[in-house]
Amino acid sequence: MLIGHQPKEFLLAVEALTVSFDGFKAVNDLSFYVEENEIRVIIGPNGAGKTTVLDLICGKTKATSGSIQFRGQELTRMKENQIVQTGVGRKFQTPSVFVDLTVFENLEISYPRGRTVFGSLAFQRDAAVRDRVEEVAEMIFLKDRLDTYADELSHGQKQWLEIGMLLIQDPDLLMLDEPVAGMSVSERAKTAELLNRIIKGRSVLVIEHDMKFVEDIAHKVTVLHQGQILSEGTMEHVKNDPKVIEVYLGH
Amino acid sequence: MIINSRFFNRSELIGFVALAALLFVILPLSLDVFRLNLVAKYLTYAFVGIGLVLCWGYGGILSLGQGVFFGLGGYCMAMFLKLEASSPENTKIQSTPGIPDFMDWNQITSLPLFWQPFHSLTLTILAIILVPGLFALIIGTAMFKRRVGGTYFAIITQAVAAILTILIVGQQGYTGGINGMTDLRTLKGWDIRPDHAKVMLYFFEVFLLFGCILLAQFIRLTKLGRILVAMREQEDRVRFSGYSVANFKIFAFCMAAIFAAIGGAMFALNVGFMSPSFVGIVPSIEMVIYTAVGGRMSIFGAVWGSLLVNFAKTGLSESFPQLWLFGLGGLFIAVVLAFPNGLSGIWADHVQPRIDRLMTWRKPKPAKAWTDSSVADGAPAE
Repeated sequence: MLIGHQPKEFLLAVEALTVSFDGFKAVNDLSFYVEENEIRVIIGPNGAGKTTVLDLICGKTKATSGSIQFRGQELTRMKENQIVQTGVGRKFQTPSVFVDLTVFENLEISYPRGRTVFGSLAFQRDAAVRDRVEEVAEMIFLKDRLDTYADELSHGQKQWLEIGMLLIQDPDLLMLDEPVAGMSVSERAKTAELLNRIIKGRSVLVIEHDMKFVEDIAHKVTVLHQGQILSEGTMEHVKNDPKVIEVYLGH
Repeated sequence: MIINSRFFNRSELIGFVALAALLFVILPLSLDVFRLNLVAKYLTYAFVGIGLVLCWGYGGILSLGQGVFFGLGGYCMAMFLKLEASSPENTKIQSTPGIPDFMDWNQITSLPLFWQPFHSLTLTILAIILVPGLFALIIGTAMFKRRVGGTYFAIITQAVAAILTILIVGQQGYTGGINGMTDLRTLKGWDIRPDHAKVMLYFFEVFLLFGCILLAQFIRLTKLGRILVAMREQEDRVRFSGYSVANFKIFAFCMAAIFAAIGGAMFALNVGFMSPSFVGIVPSIEMVIYTAVGGRMSIFGAVWGSLLVNFAKTGLSESFPQLWLFGLGGLFIAVVLAFPNGLSGIWADHVQPRIDRLMTWRKPKPAKAWTDSSVADGAPAE
């Protein structure tokens, strides 16, 4: 191991992270660590700063102070596309897919090759690309919809497509913002099955409100409240923490 | 051969053949040299239109300053032609022979340094591509790296167009001022003014236009073309798929600038002069209107739009000079409100399906053959 002074090497180390919007500290002196292959769920009431944390990690929002280390690289100084290339993938809360492109083309764009201007001009849709796109399309239940324009997909299918676009990137850290929100019951079950399959071999950071879903997948839960950590630990520990109970049930 | 079934789908192939027939055969046979030269002038805007299809239609970057690049290309060409027309023999009555006449009128006694490269045709051709390309690169880098986009970008391009016009008009000793560069005569000793030269230049321009159409179609079909569409819809998703959105925007903007510059250079050759009235805000907006009318998502649409709107402009402004600008404005509003995809959209939504139906009813066999081939191409017509 290269870094001697750390007892354990974390995949993601967020330290003293702060962001303020016009004086309002949406995230305030936040520190947490995610290990390799860990499934971490972030919960918390509305406005707790959950989505902002993901925005900070993926570079969508710039931190006011603090550090985000991913495999020893400082993310706060990188551009969004560089962060993606170090192995961080992000799924947004509302499905963001390319509606004027087909399912195949959506997935192909996320295939990690030819990401520069001239690389994309020279990009060839070869067998490797086609096989990988078909493989992922099968996982996200869209194998027979490859030629469909994303516009014509249902809300749930769009969510799956976006998850598929992340899968093709093959990130080491997958960040999902409310992946089952707005889905029907049957879609939820399928999504849980899908997520359980894709989280293997990587670390995942999930924001979710659905407690049953959280209990199913979380290794560790972080409860955010007003931009700070209220409680952290196993689901069992967090559920019985009086501070958490007060925030969720009190007042 | 590049034009195989994968490069063009069926309706695009028909569009390509129809346009080639019109420009290479029908118009040259049916129009006199004067009108053919007018068509050549209209087609110079088609180059701008093709660039706008890539940049605006596909990439979603609306530039209201394409006249800048049209002008830069045109002025580069005109500077070469002007130097050739200002040989010491032609200008021996001037106080300083051998420099362009407008310099002499403005008491300039030697050719400025930035004019020197335009003695060489090779350097001129390079400049026609590189000067607008680099200028677009600088503007694009300054804007897109700072995430300036949409309306703000459009306004800034307008400002650039205004600035360049003022600069050209103000520096008349170096640029010919408001009158522009007139009295262009020969290209490497070959007189560009007689009728047969005009016909030759027309065909040369049409060849170049088809070259640009093929290049634009090639770009459209690469992954870059799909990234442009993706970027237009979900910029963030493209960014978080690992692409530098700014670089792709800069590329699209530079390509549009280079296409516009080629159009401008052809304008100087075909029309025989270049002036600031083709650089400023109004011509830039007109160029966007041609593209919008033709259909901003269609490369061929951009060519048709440039041709038809300009035919209408000539026809109307010959009979009702005051009404033309109202007509153009009304046309733009009508297109934006009723037909956002322009003429090519109307064609694809209303005319093409009817033709398809007619073909299936009247001639079942060939129609079936078409269907088979289009399915095999994997690109069925809309």
